[in-house]
Amino acid sequence: MTQAHLQSALQIASGVKSGETSAREIVEATYKRIADLNPKLGAFTSVTTERALARAAAIDAARRLGEPLGPLAGAPFAVKNLFDVKGLPTRAGSKINREHAPATADQPLIERLEAAGAILVGALNMGEYAYDFTGENAHDGASRNPHDLGHMSGGSSGGSGSAVGGGLVALALGSDTNGSIRVPASLCGIFGLKPTYGRLTRAGSFPFVSSLDHLGPFARSVADLAAAYDAMQGPDPDDPAQAPRPVEPTFASLETGVTGLRIARLGGYFTRGAEPAAFEAVERVASALKAERVVELPEVARARAAAYLITMVEGGALHVDRLRERAMDYDPDVRDRLIAGAMLPGAWVVKAQKLRRWFRARALELFGQVDVLIAPATPCRAPRSGQKTFVLDGQEMLVRPNLGVFTQPISFIGLPVVAAPVWTQGESLPIGVQIITAPWREDLALRVARALEREGIVSAPIGTAAS
Amino acid sequence: MKVEEFSADAWIDASLPLLEMKLTSESRAVVKLHLETAEKLSRLVREFELEDEAEPAPVYTP
Repeated sequence: MTQAHLQSALQIASGVKSGETSAREIVEATYKRIADLNPKLGAFTSVTTERALARAAAIDAARRLGEPLGPLAGAPFAVKNLFDVKGLPTRAGSKINREHAPATADQPLIERLEAAGAILVGALNMGEYAYDFTGENAHDGASRNPHDLGHMSGGSSGGSGSAVGGGLVALALGSDTNGSIRVPASLCGIFGLKPTYGRLTRAGSFPFVSSLDHLGPFARSVADLAAAYDAMQGPDPDDPAQAPRPVEPTFASLETGVTGLRIARLGGYFTRGAEPAAFEAVERVASALKAERVVELPEVARARAAAYLITMVEGGALHVDRLRERAMDYDPDVRDRLIAGAMLPGAWVVKAQKLRRWFRARALELFGQVDVLIAPATPCRAPRSGQKTFVLDGQEMLVRPNLGVFTQPISFIGLPVVAAPVWTQGESLPIGVQIITAPWREDLALRVARALEREGIVSAPIGTAAS
Repeated sequence: MKVEEFSADAWIDASLPLLEMKLTSESRAVVKLHLETAEKLSRLVREFELEDEAEPAPVYTP
């Protein structure tokens, strides 16, 4: 069997378009790899074999007829299981939701990727109801780190991290409320894009915190990330939070480099409370970009606290009725946080939402002076599976809420971010940096990530721990 | 009038009837921990001065 299915999505599409390989061969090889490796990785919770083979057959037939194929023709992808997939209950990592009726339609981003030629091959493991940074799930088991099975994938889009990092698929979709794309991207050593809040439609996905929820892609190359993101843009009246923005493609400008961009490191809050590896990764990236300037966002700890409270309150409100009836069917680690959230005073969350607008104004002022900000993605490399606490800056704290200490203040105000993986010689695990830009400038974050990838500063090799 | 110190236990006792909910003892201990964390973090938000006219951002356009 060829190794074509291990290539990037765009390389697969190139092979399918040229006839070098067929979409059917790619899909069959992908399912063989999933069957071989998923028992160790815990990435997939469902596969969609029948529809994937039908889709592959349609693409191969179109090629034989000389019809034009999409930019992602034949590339396999999978989605966090909070995306509606026609014919599957949208379990959102929970025991309760798998009793729901199967979805009657695909989430629109799935439809858009398939319109670009990609092929959905299944749904992916996640932290229950997305309230998680570990990738561990009480009902479906943990998704494992593809570079060391004894370590976490990160979450809550843990299956997305494991599946892309382990080479089961070239592309995956996930959600990010406080860091759930960027944390697994960092721990699994892959690229993740959290677009601007309101950019990609969330209709047809199970919510967590409406004020903060985003959807976005994972990939092992920046070009794949950009191609997938471009394919998913576009208006959708079914998501009331989606902003009225035109489609703003990023792929064409990917190779234009960083000349002329004002790039700075984030100082203050982002230089404390982490292991040296997190700061070394930022230093390596900043040096490569010649980003000597250090700038600060004010009141970051308050911003993070506000995001934390909004998450607790909106999450608690979403689940309070189910908690009353079915508390024992929840993952205990998730249940008790949601119950606490349901008890918080409304005045706190209103103040937190006011602080959000204030913090947004300060960030926009900062973007008058710089174009790109560099910050750590996670405070450490992947913790061990099952690890409950870690020590940061001499203080012992819980892993589950604190892996997102650097991501949470950024998603709080909806800024677009590419998480990019950095490797250190002699280390078996990667760690990510955040490449942050002004609202709606995903193109710049992707350009910077691509420039770093071209220079070999960031990269996403397939993890071989499960092979 | 003297303001009583924050007590997560008292908070839980007051909230459970409002939520029409019961807690196991294991669950109660963890809920208490989360409330204590939330209370500590809420100070960072509550103590931050904003004008009365400051607009919240419940539906947010960056």
